[in-house]
Amino acid sequence: MSMTREQTEALISEVLEVYPEKAKKDRKKHLAANDTSLEQSKKCITSNRKSLPGVMTIRGCAYAGSKGVVWGPIKDMIHISHGPVGCGQYSRAGRRNYYVGTTGVNSFGTMNFTSDFQEKDIVFGGDKKLTKLIEEVEQLFPLHNGISVQSECPIGLIGDDIEAVSKKSAVVINKPIIPVRCEGFRGVSQSLGHHIANDAIRDWVLDKRDGQAYESTPYDVAIIGDYNIGGDAWATRVILEEMGLRVVAQWSGDGTLAEMMNTPKVKLNLLHCYRSMNYISRHMEEKYGIPYMEYNFFGPTKIIESIRKIAAFFDDSVKEKSEAVIARYQPMMDEIVAKYKPRLQGKKVMLYVGGLRPRHVIGAYEDLGMEVIGTGYEFAHNDDYDRTIKEMGDATLLYDDVTGFELEEFVKKIKPDLVGSGIKEKYIFQKMGIPLRQMHSWDYSGPYHGYDGFAIFARDMDIALSSPVWSKLTPPWKTAPASAEEKKAA
Amino acid sequence: MANIMIRQAENGGLSFYLPKRDLEASIESIEFDTPEKWGGELKLDNGGSYYIDPIAKPPRLPISLRAKRLGAAED
Repeated sequence: MSMTREQTEALISEVLEVYPEKAKKDRKKHLAANDTSLEQSKKCITSNRKSLPGVMTIRGCAYAGSKGVVWGPIKDMIHISHGPVGCGQYSRAGRRNYYVGTTGVNSFGTMNFTSDFQEKDIVFGGDKKLTKLIEEVEQLFPLHNGISVQSECPIGLIGDDIEAVSKKSAVVINKPIIPVRCEGFRGVSQSLGHHIANDAIRDWVLDKRDGQAYESTPYDVAIIGDYNIGGDAWATRVILEEMGLRVVAQWSGDGTLAEMMNTPKVKLNLLHCYRSMNYISRHMEEKYGIPYMEYNFFGPTKIIESIRKIAAFFDDSVKEKSEAVIARYQPMMDEIVAKYKPRLQGKKVMLYVGGLRPRHVIGAYEDLGMEVIGTGYEFAHNDDYDRTIKEMGDATLLYDDVTGFELEEFVKKIKPDLVGSGIKEKYIFQKMGIPLRQMHSWDYSGPYHGYDGFAIFARDMDIALSSPVWSKLTPPWKTAPASAEEKKAA
Repeated sequence: MANIMIRQAENGGLSFYLPKRDLEASIESIEFDTPEKWGGELKLDNGGSYYIDPIAKPPRLPISLRAKRLGAAED
């Protein structure tokens, strides 16, 4: 029983009722009933605008987009959170970007390096401190392969010249040091941070091995925009390697600086998170003539579709192997669907996540017989909604940069069986009696990508929905009086 | 003047990208489209229009160019 267009629109206006006139007008543009006949999302939804002051948004900042998302997972580099201590510390290791290596020796993914700004650094500038910090880093962690300087807000405000320090210190330690101007106040959300981070990679990393000898094969590919959350990139890599492709680089989950420098030698860039890494893919397409393609490794239907689409770029040997991969995993997938579909059939899901998942995971839910009745992005742009419109059913609810109040009201009214969102929503909805799976960090589970991931995805959704706790929401003294009387009688 | 990038879209048409504003749109019409003269006014599907100096048709897309804004997209 999905809602009609009128019902969805009525729901939106009902929820918007509490806002003052001006806020209502602004928020109305960000909420819409999906219209699958539209080619362009801007006809129904506005995105990538400044959040309304006074409402609860769950967006991040440019620093979060650069340090947290794009740069952070590069394991053999040290990422200095340049500025006060909090930004780095409170975001430390939160995204669960898995990697192989010895932390503190040759990998630094879960560690926090910060210049810990104090008042005197704001007054006198932090450049000297940064120079000293880089010297210390080099002394204490000699096996790192490079440093990135991730600016926090004060750096831009006081006008420190981190580029000069980076260039100077890079000569001293003889390793690349990359200044990233990702001050948190830039842009309306983390999305600009992704862009800035991509541009920094373009300017400081990508072309450093151009012209060097490299033994390439016709099957070289790079995984772009997979951050290896809970091992996602590994699950993806297994499939690609079974298809006969050689994965040269992982951007940036479990990735290294050398991999990034070698990426211009690949034949095809496989782009998973379009929002955060289309910038570098475009650049490589123009400069090196490497085509890029988006793919989706959530759920067997989309995996098969993507495998065939990837194979189409290569010769027949890859195509044959791809079909073999599909055939090999099909029985395993059938078994999972046979096990979980009867338990999950017809359940309704609402999503509110970040870059690609609000549309990519729809296929995986549909494979399990579930229906996505509402979806939205924190920081998407119009082109993301263009893609989403086609994935979602007609008259389903779309919400951009939804506020805490709106999302709660939508969930109260629509009553989905499951919500997929983040930690900040988790306990609100679970206390309301609606199961929630975190779709940012896979709720400390994962991977969810690839064939291996789908098995875990299906199990996790079943765990969330079928937990006996949901039948205990009404305390025993409030259960139906009939049963109480029965007890008395007995 | 703004830097823009024109690339071949998957559906065979041309797509327009303005990095400064992260704006993506498809190009509905291009004023000159011959091997010798390529460019001129670009009409976008979002209602905006831009002008690029006509050049010889580029052998390979995507290409980054300088463009002048003629009409902004309605917001």
